[in-house]
Amino acid sequence: MSSRGPLGEAAKTLTRAWTTADPLVSVSDLKVWFPVSSGILQRTIAHVHAVDGVDLEIKTGETVGLVGESGCGKSTLGRAAIRLLEPTAGKILFKGDDITHLRGERLRALRRDMAMIFQDPYASLDPRQTVGDIVGEPIDIHHLAKGKERQDRIREMLRVVGLNPRFVDRYPHEFSGGQRQRVGIARALAVEPSFIVCDEPISALDVSIQAQIINLLERLQSKFNLTYLFIAHDLSVVKHISNRIAVMYLGKIMEVAGGTQLYKRPRHPYTGSLLSAIPIPDPVVETRRERLILQGDVASPVNPPSGCRFRTRCPRAREHCAEEVPPLEEYGDEHKAACFYPLD
Amino acid sequence: MTQALLEVQDLHTVFATKEGTVKAVDGVSFELNPGETLGIVGESGCGKSVTALSIMRLQRPGKIVGGKVMFKGQDLTKVTEDEMRDIRGREMAMIFQDPMTSLNPVFRTGWQVAEPLRLHHGWDSKKALTSAVQMLGRVGIPSAAERARDYPHQFSGGMRQRVMIAMGLTTTPAVLIADEPTTALDVTIQAQILDLLRHVNREFGTATILITHNLGVVAGMCKRVIVMYAGRVVEAGPTMDVFAHPKHPYTWSLLRSIPRLDAERHEPLKPIEGLPPSLVDLPSGCAFHPRCAFKVERCSRDVPALQPVGDTQLSACWVTQAGTELKGA
Repeated sequence: MSSRGPLGEAAKTLTRAWTTADPLVSVSDLKVWFPVSSGILQRTIAHVHAVDGVDLEIKTGETVGLVGESGCGKSTLGRAAIRLLEPTAGKILFKGDDITHLRGERLRALRRDMAMIFQDPYASLDPRQTVGDIVGEPIDIHHLAKGKERQDRIREMLRVVGLNPRFVDRYPHEFSGGQRQRVGIARALAVEPSFIVCDEPISALDVSIQAQIINLLERLQSKFNLTYLFIAHDLSVVKHISNRIAVMYLGKIMEVAGGTQLYKRPRHPYTGSLLSAIPIPDPVVETRRERLILQGDVASPVNPPSGCRFRTRCPRAREHCAEEVPPLEEYGDEHKAACFYPLD
Repeated sequence: MTQALLEVQDLHTVFATKEGTVKAVDGVSFELNPGETLGIVGESGCGKSVTALSIMRLQRPGKIVGGKVMFKGQDLTKVTEDEMRDIRGREMAMIFQDPMTSLNPVFRTGWQVAEPLRLHHGWDSKKALTSAVQMLGRVGIPSAAERARDYPHQFSGGMRQRVMIAMGLTTTPAVLIADEPTTALDVTIQAQILDLLRHVNREFGTATILITHNLGVVAGMCKRVIVMYAGRVVEAGPTMDVFAHPKHPYTWSLLRSIPRLDAERHEPLKPIEGLPPSLVDLPSGCAFHPRCAFKVERCSRDVPALQPVGDTQLSACWVTQAGTELKGA
């Protein structure tokens, strides 16, 4: 795609030669903690360890799926990766630049190269703006086009996401959920980003509409050479769209692997039970399946268990698991898992 | 064949809205046999929840304007409100998607679970509570006696759904209606609750109607399934047969449009084009025809009735009723 750097002229002094062969996004030992306050003075009494030491690389043009149950920190990680949140600790590189603590004008310049698609197309669009205003806003903010050129660009974006360009003067309430999500996607594309975080982009949509949006996202990816971080709780969808999948649990990545590899040979017991819990729409398969049903609930991210966070629900946990945090270890072919007693 | 436990015959439920009358349930018929788990599957607005609410006579502000719900020899659409309340307490129970809004936040859970026993069996508080605690234990709530003293907000989502199930089961009803019971839950918790429902079905012999939009859940839970679209039943039959060779284009396309975890290769999904119809402005003829890949001229003109197609299935489709097989690229 284009060779423009995310940080414009100012950043050139910072960048070393970054090429598309390097990871587009590289996150190391990332921590995002939120304070928990209490009392009249609102003193901070504890922290929610939403993301607690995550390493993840995303290559140019690939889709990395991020799965996990609610509260595992997947959305927080996604938001931090495009700097909608400032990390508590750790480092984020984007096209080789350290963007961990960028502020002001440089952060704004970075936003031109990244975008986000949200879960709820009803809540993420301003009901008082027309579709043209919604898609045009990022174009105005980044001074990308004016007048007729701006109008043309908005219409082009609508056409690209499969909406009639004549809809520019309509309001969000005139659209269905699927169409609204298309508007959200057009807005994300308006700045011509290279990296898009899709946060549960289809979970609010009807089953028959989901496939339309998934196919659209795939089409756009090859058309514009986009890189996706695709966050979802539905592992079937994530496996379909992703090159690689990262499984999160209580702020940590438990396993990373290619989709088929992960499904065929999960190493982490959490991945194994997660896969087993996902219903497959085939009664023949379902009646034959062995079910590994996890006991209990996810522990609190305010006070996560010592050692491996999954050990409180893990059928394979032993004493050692409480004493030490298992590191992400290689199992070959870009397959990593963080477990002392992995599945074989 | 055994006698059906519950028989829904040509049920019609409507809602009056500013835009006009919405036929949320438009001539739905099906049977529930003793001890079975029947799936009702469909997208939002297809009428699956209103069907369930109408069976329980909880459809207000909607109005049942036609049809019968036969249960133990009486038509539930005709019984008095008092009789219906008694049936709800003793013979039929319903659990909902969101267990937080269906529990009362200001009463202890044990008290709430015991309520049907106090109200409908006239048990004293102590006896009812003892039985409630037992039931909480049986649905998998650890230290049930202590947890019975907790308030709903002190439970997690999955545990709250267990509380709801316990409340429904205290009076050992003949019918349990579960309306999207796991939709608000995480997958590992969903697996726990589905397992509990299987267990309940086996242990208590409770006939269950499971309403869901998730075809995977139906595949794993239900021997028989009903597929709804725009207020009508479009297909019904044994789950094995409906999934293996669907006889309605909607079922056929829906099954092809969803990604499967066990898919071997990456192929583009085959979406159903267009949108589910608005219930105030239904298409003429078959409501699915504007989105249907198999439609013929007649489909936009006449509404097809639910008829046997093949040995075990029913389908409301002119095309398959004429003997055409659903096939496609």
